[in-house]
Amino acid sequence: MIYLLVLFPLGMAAAIYLVPSNRWRPWLIPAGGCGHLGLVWTAIYSSAAGPPLSGLEGWLILDALGKVVLGYLSVLFFICSLYAPSYLALRSDRPNRVFCANLFGSLAMMTLVSISHHLGLMWVAMEATTLVSAPSIYFNHNPRSLEATYKYLLIGSVGIALALFGSFFLAYSAHKAGLESTLLFDQLVKDAPRLSPPWLHAAFVLLLVGYGTKMGLAPMHSWKPDAYGEAPGIVGTILAGGVTSCAFLALLRVYQICRAGSEAEFAQQALVGMGLFSMAIAAIFMVRQRDFKRMLAYSSVEHMGILVLGIGIGSLGVYGALLHMINNGLTKGVLFLSAGNIHRAYGSKSTDVVRGALTRVPWSGALFLAGFLAITGAPPFGPFISEFTIATAAMNTGQYVAGGLYLLLLGIVFLGIGATVLAVVQGTPPEQEQPRSYRDSVGTVAPILLFMALVLLMGVYIPPPLESLLRDAAAFLEQSGKP
Amino acid sequence: MAQLLDLLLIVALAVNFAALGISRIRAVISAVALQGVLLGICPLLLHSDLGLRGIVLVAVTILLKGVLIPVFLIHAMREADIQHEDKPLVGSMSSLLLGAVGTGLALMFSSTLPLAKDETNLLIVPASLSMVWTGFLMLTTRRKAIMQVLGYLLLENGIYLFGLLLLEAVPFLVEVGVLLDVFTGVFVLGIIVYHINREFASISTEHLTNLKEEP
Repeated sequence: MIYLLVLFPLGMAAAIYLVPSNRWRPWLIPAGGCGHLGLVWTAIYSSAAGPPLSGLEGWLILDALGKVVLGYLSVLFFICSLYAPSYLALRSDRPNRVFCANLFGSLAMMTLVSISHHLGLMWVAMEATTLVSAPSIYFNHNPRSLEATYKYLLIGSVGIALALFGSFFLAYSAHKAGLESTLLFDQLVKDAPRLSPPWLHAAFVLLLVGYGTKMGLAPMHSWKPDAYGEAPGIVGTILAGGVTSCAFLALLRVYQICRAGSEAEFAQQALVGMGLFSMAIAAIFMVRQRDFKRMLAYSSVEHMGILVLGIGIGSLGVYGALLHMINNGLTKGVLFLSAGNIHRAYGSKSTDVVRGALTRVPWSGALFLAGFLAITGAPPFGPFISEFTIATAAMNTGQYVAGGLYLLLLGIVFLGIGATVLAVVQGTPPEQEQPRSYRDSVGTVAPILLFMALVLLMGVYIPPPLESLLRDAAAFLEQSGKP
Repeated sequence: MAQLLDLLLIVALAVNFAALGISRIRAVISAVALQGVLLGICPLLLHSDLGLRGIVLVAVTILLKGVLIPVFLIHAMREADIQHEDKPLVGSMSSLLLGAVGTGLALMFSSTLPLAKDETNLLIVPASLSMVWTGFLMLTTRRKAIMQVLGYLLLENGIYLFGLLLLEAVPFLVEVGVLLDVFTGVFVLGIIVYHINREFASISTEHLTNLKEEP
């Protein structure tokens, strides 16, 4: 069963690659997305009571944390897959064979990251997500997307090479302590109190920088505006919602080992500092940002900062961060896909040209506006609940400085995004010499509406099964900290 | 065995300097290929009872690092019709000096590291740190995309070398996975380099400056 979770999307990738028709191929994407969702659903509920699913002698285990991440990834991919056929129909000028196959390639690798309990295997899968998503960024085959792809690949590969170095240091810290050197997660958590402290310390720093680069935490975020700015909206959603969440999961695994070992305090401080720094950098670049897709990339930097901040704050903040991972991803779906539609309708992503989106593409414009309200933490949407939870956690645990800065930065970001989004949606559309053919249609709007509905649902009512999964995952993360 | 291993690593370190000092791209590719082969042999000297899997690993490493990646890069270089790194951000003399300083520091630093008992005398850790440093140097100071890819390979070689200390922790499957990832990475980067050349009629990354914040 657990193998099927990875093999099914790989099989879909191969099948899609073999379909000859550029026109019919995209229709396999929703089928595959639906199939994966079904498999994940079965996997999560069949192991609700009893031992977790496992495979490869403990290398693969679907634990509480993995269930949250995998379940969320599958939903995110499914909704994106509904959007894919209409998008690719609009782009029928471009061959989409590699693009479609790579979507499933990244789904398979993201799934593998979420069930890996071997840090080496997890690294291989994480690096593979970088590699398979690179050609999708180059989908438009123009100089700008080429530049973005090169930067994404090189910075991503170098960053993640450091994570490999850090993983080796982690194994060495066991070796140095006279234990059998291993990269098996469960073994490392168990041995954590006995690991050699200097090597564990160095390992944490390297792994934070490495997986932090993949997450796009400042100051390793420089690839993000370029890649998200040039990639198609659907790729942006999968990168900003999926791949970054996988990197976050990888970081959580490392954090758990450090927490159980001698590095708990240092790790927490590093995460809080890194989180606030990312939020600050994002806030600076979001104010007066004229390119609305680059603005979304900085918003992603900001929210990755919020995630690690929540983990660093601890206690209720851990639950808040996990909830926020889901809320952020779903809202990013709304924003990236609607921004993609607006980009299509105007042929530009600069607020110098794009005005009056509410008039020209009413649905996409309205959803873009609603997505903005949600992502900046306005009630009654999901992100409000999770951002509020993290703020409460900071105040409850007496971390007033971090909590205060967090709220201040959220305020600045609200103003920064607000100015750009309002410039896009309000006003009268400019006259265009050759009117562009894009108009909102069911296929390009309904998936965004579905994302928006989920964001709203998460704000007013978190379904009890999800709630209990999240509680389990937060407890799973917290428990290892106790000696 | 240990002396032979040290000899091998000293040659591999010398290759670092060659990579820093030479501007002919073809020669740098050969240097990195040689280093790959040397590193591929290392496990044979480090662990006496490798078994079949170990032998396969040695073969795969040498095949990928010593043959396939270099051949592919030479192909990409020919396509791009580019021979020299003519104006690096830091000249070859200065980068040699920086490389030497880095290697010296790596040697000093590793003697202070809390290494496990039987590994204090080995050159592996300093050699690995020095390769990582050289890789970073090439990544940041070279303008030609293909030279940056070679820098990435040096960095990866350094990390691979450190991994050799951890036979139990880094099993066969993971080693091969890592090698495949690196190979695919270089493959995709090579294709991108080819496209950069076609698009800009040059593989200098100084043309890649369209994407930045507007003032």
